[in-house]
Amino acid sequence: MRYFDRLGTLLTCVGLAALVLLPLVVLKTNRILPGEPRSLLDVLPLWAGLGFYAVLALAAVTAVKAANARLRLAVALGAIAIVVVAVAAAASELTPLDNRVVRVSPGGAFWVLVIALGLLATDALTRLQPGPLVRVACLGAFLALVLGALASGYFDDLSIMREYAVNATRFAREARQHVLLAIGSLLAAVVVALPLGILSHRQARLRAAVLGTLNLVQTIPSIALFGILMVPLGALATALPAAARLGVSGIGFAPAVIALFLYSLLPIVANTVVGLSRVSPAAVDAAHGMGLTGWQALRQVELPLALPTILTGIRIVLVQNIGLATIAALIGGGGFGAFVFQGIGQTAIDLVLLGAIPTVALAFSASVVLDALVDLTRGASR
Amino acid sequence: MIAIENLTKRYGESTVVDGVSMVVEPHTITAIVGTSGSGKSTLLRMINRLVEPTAGRVLIDGRDTTAEPAHLLRRRIGYAIQGLGLFPHRTVAENIATVPRLLGWEPARVQARVAELLGVFQLDPAVFGGKFPHELSGGQQQRVGVARALAAEPELLLMDEPFGALDPIIRAKAQDDLLDIQRRFGTTIMIVTHDMDEAFRLASRVGVMSQGRLLQYDRPEVLLTKPADPFVSRLTGTADRALKLLSLTNVGELVEPGAAEGPTVPESASLRDALAQLVWSGAAAAAVVRDDGSAAGRITLAAILAHGRHAT
Repeated sequence: MRYFDRLGTLLTCVGLAALVLLPLVVLKTNRILPGEPRSLLDVLPLWAGLGFYAVLALAAVTAVKAANARLRLAVALGAIAIVVVAVAAAASELTPLDNRVVRVSPGGAFWVLVIALGLLATDALTRLQPGPLVRVACLGAFLALVLGALASGYFDDLSIMREYAVNATRFAREARQHVLLAIGSLLAAVVVALPLGILSHRQARLRAAVLGTLNLVQTIPSIALFGILMVPLGALATALPAAARLGVSGIGFAPAVIALFLYSLLPIVANTVVGLSRVSPAAVDAAHGMGLTGWQALRQVELPLALPTILTGIRIVLVQNIGLATIAALIGGGGFGAFVFQGIGQTAIDLVLLGAIPTVALAFSASVVLDALVDLTRGASR
Repeated sequence: MIAIENLTKRYGESTVVDGVSMVVEPHTITAIVGTSGSGKSTLLRMINRLVEPTAGRVLIDGRDTTAEPAHLLRRRIGYAIQGLGLFPHRTVAENIATVPRLLGWEPARVQARVAELLGVFQLDPAVFGGKFPHELSGGQQQRVGVARALAAEPELLLMDEPFGALDPIIRAKAQDDLLDIQRRFGTTIMIVTHDMDEAFRLASRVGVMSQGRLLQYDRPEVLLTKPADPFVSRLTGTADRALKLLSLTNVGELVEPGAAEGPTVPESASLRDALAQLVWSGAAAAAVVRDDGSAAGRITLAAILAHGRHAT
């Protein structure tokens, strides 16, 4: 029987439809006006335009007919590189020299193609079943490649990079703030949730109360939670000037980090309880029977065996926090969300993307790294 | 010597162990037999204080077990349970080293002890030391469980249904191993089981428990010949008690001078095995040989039958 790939066929159809219906590049006379679509064949030299479509055709054939996962991965990654380079080249061609107003953006077809080819590559990578360390190494190589390409200046004429050039110093500051919000709230949550989970595991009555309360917290919409926190924190800052000097106020970093912290508790507490309850009772009984103290049994037997499940909870929280931290910008908490909301306010879609794309990349990287960590600990505790 | 005095455990209204008193002789195997829910496991767990008694006390060599913190007491007492409770995230060698490490032994001493014990249980240290429990067969895991319990050279070893999960052939082998180990290290062993045959095979004294009370505690042959309670005779079984009794005595005890034409039986075989040989071969007497192969005399069918006759 001849090989026929269903996912590849679906992705090919999606890519084809996008190429027909949506523009690849959009030329705008300034950053907020809607642009007009340009065809790559008009912009690029004939050989380059035809070559571009030939590569996409090759990718389509591979996606539908090729069974070899390595080949699929190589073609998908190669095609992504070609799409990105072609659009950047078109941007350079379309941008007049010394013109800071005209913007060339990647169009809808560009994004659909990158996502479809990205899915094709991810699917091929999954079929290869790489070990956890290989996955992290692949991520590192990919990030290095992307950062290197951006630093080369080849993409500087693309609209997002123009937005970046304008906001470079602020970008570094918001990036730091975003990571601080996500990881700071996570660390604080681990410090509180781990002991809470251990106690809840041992006390059935406490468990019901804790999980019930945290479930309730989880259902409060994030914007509402910011609002709820604004009042007591504002009052606290007014009443205690010392607290205000430490940065506590109704808006800004403090309520944002507290809200993220509260959302982080449930997944870690719940996974700690589940992880501990799955530890073999015989192993725990033997540990106590051999003379390990309660603390030693917890540290040497129960926690190591529950670790993969607890880490899974931490992974959920980190990815969730990286996404939620964008909303912190609404109350002046900073982070990549600042670009997103500013972009929405100015109807400057490129500025929105300047905030959104790094957020997605950060969440994706965190998920890959922590997944690998979960696999590593699971391997050691079968 | 372990003296158990009026040991009682109550959970609310229900009494799980009810005023049990007994003395366990040192350097022997003692079995506690009972149905599930008889309180036998709770009795065992009160000795190393995994369960704190409601009343009564336990003396080990005259010293009250409550005189020191429970975890220090437990490090001096070996403990092996059904399902073993091997630590799945630790290698075989690390599992066995658990208590010696808690006691702060030198690494070289720990390593030597682990290698010695693996050798005793016929597991090559070079092959098995680095394996994880899930890589072992059931019988191998069971041996590692007992080796771990013996690691710190405890004078007392508590075992709660340690062979419960094994199939019959591996189980018989594990029982033989335990007898060897007991002879080799002279450990005092207390084993809890629901299997009367296992108790008779291993123990020099057997206690029978039901509904929290110790009904009878004596040598196996007394349990068979003079059951103190109908429950004891039900548990030991009356239909084949003559054969069970014969299995408790060695050929060596009934050997008489002279030669015999019939089959040859070793001195260490049980009377039951000798009887089986004689029935099978149709002979009236069998030649008895010592372990080194020299002739020890003979054993007659009549002597065996006389030994097994108890009905009055």
